[in-house]
Amino acid sequence: MLSSKTFIEQLQGSGFNFFTGVPCSLLSGLIAELEADASLGYIPSVREDAGVGLCAGAYMGGKLPVLLMQNSGLGYSLNAFTSLNLIYKIPVLVIMSWRGCGGKDAPEHVIMGEINEQLLQTSGMEYAVLDESNSEQVLATALQKINVEKVPYTLLVKKGLFDERH
Amino acid sequence: MKGIEAFKELAPLLKNEPTVLANGYISREFFNVTDRKENFYMIGSMGLASSIGLGVALAQPQRKTLILDGDGNVLMAMGTLAMIASCAPKNLIHIVIDNEVYESTGKQRTLSHHIQLEEVAKSVGYKQALRVTRPEEIQPAYKKLYQAEGPVFLLIKVEPAFDSSQGRVTHTPEEIRDRFMESVAG
Ligand SMILES: Cc1ncc(C[n+]2csc(CCOP(=O)(O)OP(=O)(O)O)c2C)c(N)n1
Ligand SMILES: [Mg+2]
Repeated sequence: MLSSKTFIEQLQGSGFNFFTGVPCSLLSGLIAELEADASLGYIPSVREDAGVGLCAGAYMGGKLPVLLMQNSGLGYSLNAFTSLNLIYKIPVLVIMSWRGCGGKDAPEHVIMGEINEQLLQTSGMEYAVLDESNSEQVLATALQKINVEKVPYTLLVKKGLFDERH
Repeated sequence: MKGIEAFKELAPLLKNEPTVLANGYISREFFNVTDRKENFYMIGSMGLASSIGLGVALAQPQRKTLILDGDGNVLMAMGTLAMIASCAPKNLIHIVIDNEVYESTGKQRTLSHHIQLEEVAKSVGYKQALRVTRPEEIQPAYKKLYQAEGPVFLLIKVEPAFDSSQGRVTHTPEEIRDRFMESVAG
């Protein structure tokens, strides 16, 4: 288990200062922490692709954005990633819950769970699987991708990594 | 009124406001009327000009920020109107070129003949929303909204009349981003 509070502090420590997302129960602890601190200004997005657009604008306005989503939102966001972020070189840190990982989940998550990694790979979206011991290391990689290569970077979150609050 | 007439009314009023333009003919036509480094020409990601503009406005609260949107784009991302209203950036002006069609793909009808988008904006909570139909109304409406506290909405009804012999945006996406970011930071 990784403490939601600790991870948010690590994000802030890495310079991330703009937070939006569409909830997933696996990310409910993280979002609760973000919402608990009004100075973080967490913005609820109506759809994941709108969150991608919001983060793109915030980045160009000088912020370092984080977008939280369920992997179902990857489907909604693919066109935004491929026809906005990847061609203009507009980075964003995506924290994506990996529903359906290992095939054990509600039926609507099974297919996306199975193709999640392949879909990211074919789309040219780089990612790492976050776990309880690698957060500092993957955030360092994320910063390199974001600040130097200027591409989106995704952290996949499996069930049980963060506490759930619902 | 043609879209290009609307753009010719608007262009002289623009100063250094970051401006996010919807994909298709809106970016193309405005590029041909006035290319400026503050223009973010969104060539893909249909529907996202509004969320991109919201992000810029929130990141740069002291800069007036414009969105030049299309009716098809707005209808694709109507939920973003709610996000804009709820974030309530005082510095955001959302302008919609409403020709009641997806002109860029061959003038197929949208729904905006029946749906009054400025009423939608008003009902979700934009501070003001105006509709204009004649070129001479554009400048006074824009000046009024510019003075007002945002987010505000200006719907400009036009006829579909894009001249497709007009060139495309010649800058690469990365050039568009770089110029835009420099102008926002500077
Ligand atoms: C997701 C997506 N669907 C469809 C298209 C094709 N397309 C490009 S521009 C456009 C029409 C945009 O309509 P509107 O915002 O009303 O602008 P107009 O073309 O009328 O100036 C469409 C459908 C696209 N680029 N992306
Ligand atoms: Mg249209």
